[in-house]
Amino acid sequence: MNFPTELKYTKDHEWIRIEGDIATVGITEFAQRELGDIVYVDINTIGKTIAKEEVFGTVEAVKTVSDLFMPITAEVLEFNKALDTNPELVNSDPYGEGWMVKIAIKDAAELSALLNADAYQSIIGA
Amino acid sequence: MKNTALSDTHIKLNAKMVPFAGYNMPVQYEGINAEHETVRKAVGVFDVSHMGEFILKGADALDLIQRVVSNDASKLVDGKVQYACLPNEQGGIVDDLLVYRIDEKTYMLVVNASNIEKDWNWISKFNTKNVEMHNISDKTSLLAVQGPLAAKALQSLTSIDLAAMEYYTFQKGVFAGIENVVVSATGYTGAGGFEIYCDNEHALQIWNAVFKAGAEFGIKPIGLGARDTLRLEMGFCLYGNDINDTTSPIAAGLGWITKFTKAFTNDKNLLQQKENGVPQKLVGFEMLERGIPRHDYKIVDANGTEIGIVTSGTQSPSLQKAIGMGYVNTAYTKEGSEIFIAIRDQKIKATVVKFPFYKS
Repeated sequence: MNFPTELKYTKDHEWIRIEGDIATVGITEFAQRELGDIVYVDINTIGKTIAKEEVFGTVEAVKTVSDLFMPITAEVLEFNKALDTNPELVNSDPYGEGWMVKIAIKDAAELSALLNADAYQSIIGA
Repeated sequence: MKNTALSDTHIKLNAKMVPFAGYNMPVQYEGINAEHETVRKAVGVFDVSHMGEFILKGADALDLIQRVVSNDASKLVDGKVQYACLPNEQGGIVDDLLVYRIDEKTYMLVVNASNIEKDWNWISKFNTKNVEMHNISDKTSLLAVQGPLAAKALQSLTSIDLAAMEYYTFQKGVFAGIENVVVSATGYTGAGGFEIYCDNEHALQIWNAVFKAGAEFGIKPIGLGARDTLRLEMGFCLYGNDINDTTSPIAAGLGWITKFTKAFTNDKNLLQQKENGVPQKLVGFEMLERGIPRHDYKIVDANGTEIGIVTSGTQSPSLQKAIGMGYVNTAYTKEGSEIFIAIRDQKIKATVVKFPFYKS
């Protein structure tokens, strides 16, 4: 499985790509594999500020539904509209076209608690 | 946890294995949507060896079956199969099952894996005339070969004329070189096909033969995930989801397998329900707005008042829309009734539709 080293990760299986004050968030390859075919990504927190580890949306696979947790305290700026019609992008390209939200970072101090690729892989035993 | 005779085979095929009813079972191989489509359009093979099988034998076998099942098993002839349920005395359902008439004095009951012990004890309780009962679940394997190409894919393995077999009939014969294999024109997918019962020691040989014979028809292994989406598209009840120890067969839409031509457990109450109606009924519904219904979500009216509960739901791979089943108050059971599903903090609009969701 692929875990790009330029990304940070959480124990809840989200990844975060930090670009200045803005970041992009999605779920990891491990997460999409565990969920199976993804059929709906439901984000109803656009414009809201969500605290670290709070739910910012849900991802629905055929068999299961799973909450999405904010890696850091942030305002949800944008949802990946492509997922409305092609939620399977989360399966096929979890770190690229399958990204879920763009967020505005509220407290840069929280970033240091995120996991690097190695630490995340050791959590999932990959 | 128990393995089926084929658990290792599934692991070698890179299946995702999950514990189900105490068995280590494949939930998916390449993915639920792709597997679902294989069964709808071609042919796929499920290992459903976790299912339970009982043999009931003796002069009073039919009497015992008639006493415990809802359907009228006296209508069976040799080689016929009947769907039925085991009502309990409190108005609910012990299990749903298939009844096979092997001969006048010999029947096979096929029950849900999670209920094997419960069913065995339940039926034994009524066995006052010493009907011989054998629980052959642990030594019996079951492959479901399902899909429109199933007959063609399997025909080279047997002299039984598969295409000529009527739905809900079975034959015992030689299959893939093995004697005494039960080939049954039944299934839980609505896609047509066969269920093949054999002894565990022959399961791998039959599995391999089926894949070899089916190769030119694109045969693939299918997991329990797609089994659930396929059955749900047909509106088939799943025990533990849509029916259980507390749900009435009449409310569950199983009136068609509840025959008052003979005496059986709780028949008087069920007859009364049939005649006087029940407060809620199991219906199918399609989501009109975005959202996927799931087991135990509340069903509400336009004002948010609770009117029922979801028992099954998924994104339908064939229809590409979200569908579900659930119990609603009888005022909302008519086709086209507007209902709402409480999904997280929202109520999402849905409409009541007739079964099956998927029409082939």
